[in-house]
Amino acid sequence: MKITNVIEANGLTKMFGDFTAVNAITFEVKKGEIFGFLGANGAGKTTAIKMLIGISIPTSGAAKVAGYDVFTQAEDIKKNIGYMSQKFALYDDLTVKENITFFGGIYGLSKSRIKEKTKELLEDLGLEDVASQLVGSLPLGWKQKLSFSVALIHDPKIVFLDEPTGGVDPITRRQFWEMIYRASSQGTTIFVTTHYMDEAEYCDRVSIMVNGKIEALDTPKKLKEQFHADNMNDVFLKLARG
Amino acid sequence: MKRFIGFVTKEFYHIFRDRRSLFILFGMPIVQILLFGFAITNEINNVNIAILDHSKDANTQEIINKISASKYFSINQLIERESDIEAVFKKGQVKAVLNFEKDFSKNLIKNRQATVQIITDATDPNTANTITNYVSSILQNYQMEQNKAVKINYVIGPQPRMVYNAELKSVYMFVPGVMTIILMLVSAMMTSISITREKELGTMEILLVSPIKPLLVIIGKVFPYIFLSIVNAIVIVVLSIFIFKMPMQGSLILLALESILFILSALSLGILISTVSATQQTAMMISLMGLMLPVILLSGFIFPISSMPLPLQIISNIIPAKWFIIILKGIMLKGVGIQFIWKETLILLGMTVFCLALSVKKYKIRLE
Repeated sequence: MKITNVIEANGLTKMFGDFTAVNAITFEVKKGEIFGFLGANGAGKTTAIKMLIGISIPTSGAAKVAGYDVFTQAEDIKKNIGYMSQKFALYDDLTVKENITFFGGIYGLSKSRIKEKTKELLEDLGLEDVASQLVGSLPLGWKQKLSFSVALIHDPKIVFLDEPTGGVDPITRRQFWEMIYRASSQGTTIFVTTHYMDEAEYCDRVSIMVNGKIEALDTPKKLKEQFHADNMNDVFLKLARG
Repeated sequence: MKRFIGFVTKEFYHIFRDRRSLFILFGMPIVQILLFGFAITNEINNVNIAILDHSKDANTQEIINKISASKYFSINQLIERESDIEAVFKKGQVKAVLNFEKDFSKNLIKNRQATVQIITDATDPNTANTITNYVSSILQNYQMEQNKAVKINYVIGPQPRMVYNAELKSVYMFVPGVMTIILMLVSAMMTSISITREKELGTMEILLVSPIKPLLVIIGKVFPYIFLSIVNAIVIVVLSIFIFKMPMQGSLILLALESILFILSALSLGILISTVSATQQTAMMISLMGLMLPVILLSGFIFPISSMPLPLQIISNIIPAKWFIIILKGIMLKGVGIQFIWKETLILLGMTVFCLALSVKKYKIRLE
């Protein structure tokens, strides 16, 4: 069986008036891959993600996510993806358990399935003791891990992470990436944006966006060779400076 | 449906775990209704007055007795000299002084006319006015009794009779107004804040990425507030009937239906506000300035619309609260049925449909 692509974008473009936020990007992401989506602020990353997760209609081009068309099958896409934003959006005034139950319910999980998932998730994260505490009282790192687990609650094919490690200490970031690896090894595709170039090294493949275009796309190793750089940071700087 | 229940449950957690919103929801109506009912009032009760009786005869004594027998006045002191009048006013002990002229009875018999001067403290013009009216009516009453005994002159005097609120109880006027304000506050402000809070926290984005329908998100967020608004309306009506003896002439069912209609119009305004504001603070400011102030100032709740300048009178027509207050007063005080308030109801319905349509249209299904 050949490796299937879970994301295929072909000339995907988004215009806001005269401004082209995303300029005909073409790429594919394979199943189970950890795909790093890099770019400076304002390069068009967030806009591109929004088109892929079905909350923004592309101006032109084509894209399929989890086998569904972004133009016509946004609802099907939503059922098959998870999403975690840089704000780790959970409800602070709900307990850990209530948050899990709520988001499970939103994704249409049955009561028994939610129960199962809650138990599994709390064990995995070691959060059993604080299950009945308000999320607002948890440290940022825990919220972030919980948020990631919640994004995976319905076993999505792809999970989109938009700068998931912002404002988190290096140790927690490390642990977070271990969670990402674990999810990836279980077959979940990871689509992640980040500002940290050391994190880019952890990805299977990396694309770098500059001014709405994808200027480079390959494994970190090959990118470093291509740009004669020691690390991803240099690759990024070379590209971003033009 | 299961998703919807989960959503509403979550919304109730938000409300019950936030002390501030709980206070606004349940403390405010009670505090406001009690405040308006007891403290802020146009009525006079046991107003202290002083008497300066230059005549001290049978007639003046009868009048004085009549006045002190009424529940409106209590005679605080008797003074002897004109020069004392200013002194008692300055001390602030009395609100009015009745000054009977010399030879009151004699004049009354000889000239068929005698004078009593009513001097009021007009630093509070409304009260002064009311006192004058009340005293005049007591005097007129006395005069009529006298004339009946003598049976001679035909005195044709107007005899005003206030209907629907004969005792001019101000609480009758305030209850519909307070109810309107509370429903507006709870429905419009609280919903707009709770929706913008999700935007601010970023959870709205998560919800939009989930398979749950955007419309369901909004209905789920609004639903608890419909429920709470109805509870509030019931609390207000019960309080006003049992504590302030407000009459409930009309049909309770009609009142309930009209209230729900108004709640819906307020909710749609709340949703509309949430679509144009990015933060909770903006939502609150817009609700306060854009909704509460017009409701208080232009709805006819405190200031009569008919005495406003024409432009304001015209503006007052686009305020749903104005129509709701007319409806409330009609049902509660006059006991009218739908045949007398269908026009107002239709206007309110039109406004609700318009706002709902607009807010659903404006509500951005896709976060841009």
